[in-house]
Amino acid sequence: MNGALRLTGRGLRKEFDRRTVFRDVDFTAGAGETLLITGRNGSGKSTLVRIMCGVLSPSAGTIALEGAGDPHLRAGLVAPYLQMFEEFSPLENLQIGAGLRGMHFDAGRARELLERVGLAGRLHDAVRTFSSGMKQRVKYAFALQHDPAVLLLDEPAANLDEEGIALTRAVMAEQRRRGVLVVATNDLADVETFERRVDLNAAR
Amino acid sequence: MPHGRSRAGAFLLSVRTVFLKDWRSELRTRYAVSALLMFVVTTIAIILFSLGSEGASPDALAGMLWVVIFFAAMSGLSRTFVMEEERGTTLTLQLAAPPAAVFFGKLLFNLVLVTGINAITVLLYAGFINGFVIRTMSIFAVAVALGSIALAAASTVIAAIIARANTRGTLYPVLSFPIMLPLLLSVIEATRKASEGAYFAEAGGEFQLLISYIVVVVVSSSMLFEYIWKD
Repeated sequence: MNGALRLTGRGLRKEFDRRTVFRDVDFTAGAGETLLITGRNGSGKSTLVRIMCGVLSPSAGTIALEGAGDPHLRAGLVAPYLQMFEEFSPLENLQIGAGLRGMHFDAGRARELLERVGLAGRLHDAVRTFSSGMKQRVKYAFALQHDPAVLLLDEPAANLDEEGIALTRAVMAEQRRRGVLVVATNDLADVETFERRVDLNAAR
Repeated sequence: MPHGRSRAGAFLLSVRTVFLKDWRSELRTRYAVSALLMFVVTTIAIILFSLGSEGASPDALAGMLWVVIFFAAMSGLSRTFVMEEERGTTLTLQLAAPPAAVFFGKLLFNLVLVTGINAITVLLYAGFINGFVIRTMSIFAVAVALGSIALAAASTVIAAIIARANTRGTLYPVLSFPIMLPLLLSVIEATRKASEGAYFAEAGGEFQLLISYIVVVVVSSSMLFEYIWKD
């Protein structure tokens, strides 16, 4: 576990077309901690997750991740709005993911990861032929491939069966040993334990 | 630094991965190539029927060649970014790859695509259009090569801008035309000189302008791309 790792947001505000989604959002989470994001539909949970990933800029405020090194290796995301490259197989997707991050592709580790998420028999099939639950499993493998310092799970159990939900719990426990875990959900049953919480209902 | 790889090595691997992903995707779907080829074949056929047995001036024929190339590029080169937006994979790329690597990977893909299509267009045009004769091949070859690079450079960054617009289909040629006007005027003039048999040095002005255009577009695009790419 990296003790120097810390994800911090200060005074975050996000506006779209002059409509304020949330304002004055503050949080901090260190290695070994889970940050839970809750809020009703449209409260900006996914927007805040995108800001934490670095793909969306806040309208005001600052966000920082200390002690995580290269920005493209720091975050892993699993979310309903994240799409895999569907004309490629899961194995090819992981190869693309490693290459995009400028990393050496370890085929053995990729196979292990895909077997772990329950896709052992479908390594070479195009992702477009998968069910939504299987696509969610590919997203987990894609997000975990680079041992992210921060793992962000937006609706982590979406489309998953009981076996898949058990997998998410194991992934969450493992991430808490490795770095920071961020979970955005309204279903508290998705999260066994959390240390920090951002309630976006109170940030409007 | 990813797994001990140098920062430059990691960046080049990222660029290569973006290019190969698009290349392999194109080989599987043939989306852009099909659109481009269909456009080229139908447009040349229409020009052929319109001209009939009558010839046209070298100026007009040089202009028509680049009209075909320009609109063919407009029909296919935006796919590289529009496809990511339509499939929802823009976020995946934003998450994993540095913006500059996405830009140069897409630029490389568009360059390969437009070079291949331009070669086919020139062969078909020269083969079927009466009166289109190139007397100074060196001028024509350099004009097509520089024109292809300039076209790929400009169309890549414009595609990134329009990919998020609702009216992307009509916006692309409209936005591209004023930006590409200096490029089009230069290549048309160079092609006219090639068909009239001018000396290579006589097209020096057009080539200097094209090289300057490529440098300005590539440098400014790579600097601005991060702001276009990330919301």
